[in-house]
Amino acid sequence: MTTLPRVTGEAVARIEARDKVTGAASYAADHPLDGLTHAWPVTATVARGDITAVDDSEALRDPAVLAVLTHANAPRLADAGDPMVAVLRSPHVAHHGQIVALAVAETLEAARAAAGAVRVTYDEQPHDVVLTADRPGLYTPDEVNAGHPADRRRGDFDAAYAASEITVDAVYEVTPLHNHPMEPHAATAVWDGDALTVFDSNQGSTVVRSTLAALFEVDEADVRVVSEHVGGGFGSKGTPRPHVALAALAAKAVGRPVRLALPRNRIAAVTGHRAPTIQRVRLGADADGHIDALAHETVTQTSTLTEFVEQASVSSRMMYASPHSLTTHRVARLDVPSPSWMRAPGECPGMFALESAMDELASACGLDPVELRIRNEPPVEPDSGRPFSSRHLVDCLREGARRFGWHDRDPRPAVGRDGPLLIGSGVAASTYPVWVFPSHAEAYAGSDGRYEVRVNATDIGTGARTVLTQIAADALGVPLDLVRVSIGRGDLPAGSVAGGSSGTASWGWPVHKACTDLRQRVSDAGGHVPDGGLFVRADTEQEAGGGTEYSRHAFGAQFAEVQVDTVTGEVRVRRMLGVFAAGHILNPRTARSQFIGGMTMGLGMALTEGSFLDPEFGDFTERDLASYHVAACADVPEIDVHWIDEDDPHLNPMGSKGIGEIGIVGAAAALANAVHHATGMRVRRLPIHPDTILLGL
Amino acid sequence: MKTFQYERPADADTAVALLADAPTGAYLGGGTNLVDLMKLGVAAPDLLVDVSRLPFDAVEETGTGGLRIGAAVRNSTLAVHPLVRERYPVLSQALLSGASTQLRNAATVGGNLLQRTRCPYFQDVGKPCNKRRPGTGCPAREGAHRDLAVLGASEHCVATNPSDMAVALAALDAIVDVASGHGPRRVPLTDLHRLPGDAPDRDTTLRHGELITAVELPPPMPGARSAYRKARDRASYAFALASVGAVLQVREGLVHHVRVAFGALAAKPWRARTAEEALLGEPATTASFDDAVRHELAAARPLRDNGYKVPLARRMAVSMLTELAAASAGGTP
Ligand SMILES: Cc1cc2nc3c(=O)[nH]c(=O)nc-3n(C[C@H](O)[C@H](O)[C@H](O)COP(=O)(O)OP(=O)(O)OC[C@H]3O[C@@H](n4cnc5c(N)ncnc54)[C@H](O)[C@@H]3O)c2cc1C
Ligand code: SF4
Repeated sequence: MTTLPRVTGEAVARIEARDKVTGAASYAADHPLDGLTHAWPVTATVARGDITAVDDSEALRDPAVLAVLTHANAPRLADAGDPMVAVLRSPHVAHHGQIVALAVAETLEAARAAAGAVRVTYDEQPHDVVLTADRPGLYTPDEVNAGHPADRRRGDFDAAYAASEITVDAVYEVTPLHNHPMEPHAATAVWDGDALTVFDSNQGSTVVRSTLAALFEVDEADVRVVSEHVGGGFGSKGTPRPHVALAALAAKAVGRPVRLALPRNRIAAVTGHRAPTIQRVRLGADADGHIDALAHETVTQTSTLTEFVEQASVSSRMMYASPHSLTTHRVARLDVPSPSWMRAPGECPGMFALESAMDELASACGLDPVELRIRNEPPVEPDSGRPFSSRHLVDCLREGARRFGWHDRDPRPAVGRDGPLLIGSGVAASTYPVWVFPSHAEAYAGSDGRYEVRVNATDIGTGARTVLTQIAADALGVPLDLVRVSIGRGDLPAGSVAGGSSGTASWGWPVHKACTDLRQRVSDAGGHVPDGGLFVRADTEQEAGGGTEYSRHAFGAQFAEVQVDTVTGEVRVRRMLGVFAAGHILNPRTARSQFIGGMTMGLGMALTEGSFLDPEFGDFTERDLASYHVAACADVPEIDVHWIDEDDPHLNPMGSKGIGEIGIVGAAAALANAVHHATGMRVRRLPIHPDTILLGL
Repeated sequence: MKTFQYERPADADTAVALLADAPTGAYLGGGTNLVDLMKLGVAAPDLLVDVSRLPFDAVEETGTGGLRIGAAVRNSTLAVHPLVRERYPVLSQALLSGASTQLRNAATVGGNLLQRTRCPYFQDVGKPCNKRRPGTGCPAREGAHRDLAVLGASEHCVATNPSDMAVALAALDAIVDVASGHGPRRVPLTDLHRLPGDAPDRDTTLRHGELITAVELPPPMPGARSAYRKARDRASYAFALASVGAVLQVREGLVHHVRVAFGALAAKPWRARTAEEALLGEPATTASFDDAVRHELAAARPLRDNGYKVPLARRMAVSMLTELAAASAGGTP
């Protein structure tokens, strides 16, 4: 057998790129179906209360309107254990914008008009939606997101901090943020007897399928979920969201296919947000910058429906050598929409705080911020004492500093000037854990020399389909174009969610395993695939299911240069540079997009994005893309991305770490630190809008 | 379903006649604001009279050397028109700072002038709002008002007018031509929009059915410089936090003619008449600009979260006037 050059590591273009740019790729709301009907949600106008009456008489006057579903008349869903999908089950309103009814009609316009004509009466109760660090009712959760303990204590923080020569004590705040993927949450559902088909926009249709089966008390085998193309999620489609349950419920109720695409201005309330955090960081160090004491205490919010705790203090447990450490989380359960995952939950806001505090410590010690981080490099993971499977933070910092020209800068704050503009630069470290979840895959060799690989992966725009094809082709030892990878369907071998930057590792592993096995079988058969083909199955329940004796994380260093307009207070980014160490990079083309995308989203978090939770209504003020300011092209300068290839044998057969989230981590701190360098002003609350700067100059 | 009639008349008389008989009808320009509001349930006209294709699509020099701009001219066309770029840079810059290319391609001059406030409560039919439903209250005063008015507001409404173009037109002393069943009339741009007072539901002084047919600019002042500047949360595709349009003519170091208009500070483009009067005949220096603008903005009554607008507008105006004065002195065009 001849050996082909490996295709993993090659810059292969997205397999479905052409379909996407020509419009041939079908998303959840694109599937034409005979007899299709349309749904539009009615949402609560109170933040807390109980529905006392629903008047749908005006809505139903239009013969095009098929139904107005409410808790009172909708088929009752079983409990699937997830309050986010427990739709139209109860008269209780837990937050503003909760979906309280659904209008279904022959046309989208009729459904929208009907929804607008439904009159809901509430017994309104007083609501509590304001998060402060000293409010009553803060509690310690059993655990925080990703299963971490809420509190960790090592050594004696108080004593060590009190004894420290240099201290930093500061509070950092991140406002609520919204994922706002380009494709809204949408589903098209159709029943055939007890069999349900949904075309759904999600980050993992395996769970959507099992959840729908539980909600409707049908066999999983009778639920077909198709999610071939997904227009982004950023965490907000990580678990089933209300739209898919509603579409299926409505389809059952009206006995016709139903399409529901949540209007953009309803997404903010029902699909999750990054919970606001108020984070106090205290660092105690000696005059040389060696950290002896580190405390990171997070206050955040959850809803009365679910408990989701943004684990913002968690990265402080593993970033720097810190003999005495205290990391905690306190939560307020408020009458707010349920928070959920948003790109790098925990690490993203947490590292804004920690890496800003590191910059403050560097100033206090008179040390270069790159050097400060190098001095605090831990030999093993501080929290657990486990060795790192690989850790190249220092290399990233050094390589980034060299490429950025970091050491050429004047370190003094507020000295860089270009006419009315103040110029400054900043650095921050980034990190993201390695997650891998058990998944299953099948590989099939046809007698025509072609191969098919099946795994229920989800490509949310990342390039997963392409990378999996590369992994399969290499494991099979055949050219890329002989391999077809099927993903994005609930009836394929179960794959884990496209979340936690775990997808490529989790799906790639069983694909690699199945394909390696299949290659052996083909070889055993003398290189000839018999008529009827050869077929193998593989899973990683064993390999990926257990723990590991290593602390596994990706690392990176982010550098940024900003200009601050002294007339308007506007901060604009001049350049950003990221250097990452994330195992083997399997496709430099799609990887670069992930890093750049993450950094861009970090730029948005730092400077433009933010949702205001209106105390009077308990509602987010920014509900469309005109008012929720995702960074526009004009905001995004040259973003330069590099990586250090790591050879880490403790990961998976591909040697990869996740790359989807690390790009956002640290970006906001690098920018805020650059603003400090430019102006001498320390901004500890995001986003850094012109008014903040102006009032501080 | 809410249905409506759609008409696309060939001439202004027919358009005016159509709407005269339809008390809840509306003219339709590019639809970039009105159609959004219809989708949100904020506007519910039963007749749309499409005026975007009326023959008001020309930009022509007037006999006196001014410019006459048809109401159906698209924002993008106007922004790059050679005469606008050469003689009225403030207008070109204001247009280009607004919305996005796609929106500017659709938006008309008439529609831009009559676009409605971006106040979040106004856009949400689930909430009270005096402008949308008189008498229901103004939650913005205590709620989200970081973007809202610091000048000329009332207890009933603190909304701002979001148009960039209108600010430039205010600084240029533009006149708006209006047609109606009662014959044509000419309204100074600065009298087109109104402050809320106790009737915040009325954005303008136009009566129902009055059709904007053109905007006329007086001839440019010889040697005068003009510019527009807008501060915003992101670098493009965002409404102004504050903006300023100015025209300045300096003779022998003294201010000979000056027009300053602020955007995003009030329910109308805010002509800084106090500052203008104070500056006439004064030395064209940063110090006199600063004095005059402070004088103007002394009338500001900020709310909890929008006080930054006052120093922001002041700095922008002072630095702009200083730059225009320097350009006049230096002779650069
Ligand atoms: C996302 C977004 C961002 C934007 N950002 C900006 C910005 O930064 N700066 C800015 O200035 N604008 C901005 N805009 C607003 C945009 O400029 C306006 O929507 C546009 O100018 C309106 O013009 P139109 O022709 O589409 O008006 P339409 O929506 O058609 O009409 C608006 C109003 O004018 C009336 N009307 C239209 N033509 C006439 C006429 N000839 N006579 C009498 N009445 C008439 C209509 O009845 C309606 O009430 C933004 C809009 C959006 C959606
Ligand atoms: S400011 Fe005006 S538009 Fe906004 S809520 Fe108050 S009344 Fe309505």
